[in-house]
Amino acid sequence: MAVKDYLRERFFPHMWCPGCGHGTVLNGLLRAVEKLGMSKNEMVMVSGIGCSSRISGYVDFHTLHTLHGRALAFATGVKLSKPELTVLVPMGDGDALAIGGNHFIHAARRNIDITALVMNNRIYGMTGGQFSPMSGYGTSATTAPYSNIDHSFDVVELSKAAGATFVARTTAYHVQNMADIIRKAILHEGFSVVEVLTQCPTYFGRKNRMGGAVEMVKWLKDNTTPIGSKAKQENPELIERGVFVQKELPEYCNEYNKVIERATKGR
Amino acid sequence: MTKPKPKKPKPKLKQLHLNLDWCKGCGICAAFCPTNVLEIDDKDKVTAARAQDCICCKLCELRCPDLAIDVETE
Repeated sequence: MAVKDYLRERFFPHMWCPGCGHGTVLNGLLRAVEKLGMSKNEMVMVSGIGCSSRISGYVDFHTLHTLHGRALAFATGVKLSKPELTVLVPMGDGDALAIGGNHFIHAARRNIDITALVMNNRIYGMTGGQFSPMSGYGTSATTAPYSNIDHSFDVVELSKAAGATFVARTTAYHVQNMADIIRKAILHEGFSVVEVLTQCPTYFGRKNRMGGAVEMVKWLKDNTTPIGSKAKQENPELIERGVFVQKELPEYCNEYNKVIERATKGR
Repeated sequence: MTKPKPKKPKPKLKQLHLNLDWCKGCGICAAFCPTNVLEIDDKDKVTAARAQDCICCKLCELRCPDLAIDVETE
């Protein structure tokens, strides 16, 4: 199936700003799904609220556009009732880690077979450029005109600590790598977290004088490095990308089925 | 001695499909094209200024946030 066949073309051109990284994530995600040869009927995409969460409107899978931060809770319900389906949950950084922070860590702890994509553009774009838990110390936002004093999460470390069994980071510049990582995350049985660093030229870029979309994508290229590279030893400021964790642990739906078996034994 | 692997034939460009209704002129495709094939015109839309230089790496197609590019190979 061609990539375009997975789209709801009637909603295009999409509503994201010119140069928004979320479109590139949609592009990479579709390549991953196409490479896996999956049919539209076996995919479910559940999203919350925000620029990034509008992605569920553009793909022709089963889609649910739910409450802010609660996408993982809805997705858990979908997965438990229909474990044979592949569940994808794209979220923004605020949606996943601020409003949905609790759902995020507990979905990771349960190790339910869901693929969570954290599209991290370090700002709340849709509501006007407020700082998010990923903006980071010293950045500017409409709600931090004298610079932000909040420190950011490290999504990778957070997911690791919460118990996710697949944790990876990639960027909107490294598109081939992104498609490959998303493909691996979908194939992984258990809770998979993929953090995709993306650009928001409209708010984060403008507020932090990072230039336009092209300059921001170049920033992603220049400020990230593969895990364990020599460049990282020389410059510890660089952000590592790649697959950080990939391990096998009992998956939640399988364990739940065992409970059902035990409870209905002899009946 | 192992035999050298037969080289894959280089992909040849058939056509560059640029969907101007979807393109928003962000310029990412043009900026990261390794052979400088694409340009943004004065109407803020992508244009294939040097299509003959295309090496069909498809990076523009993959990076385009608007899914407006399709590199068709022979």
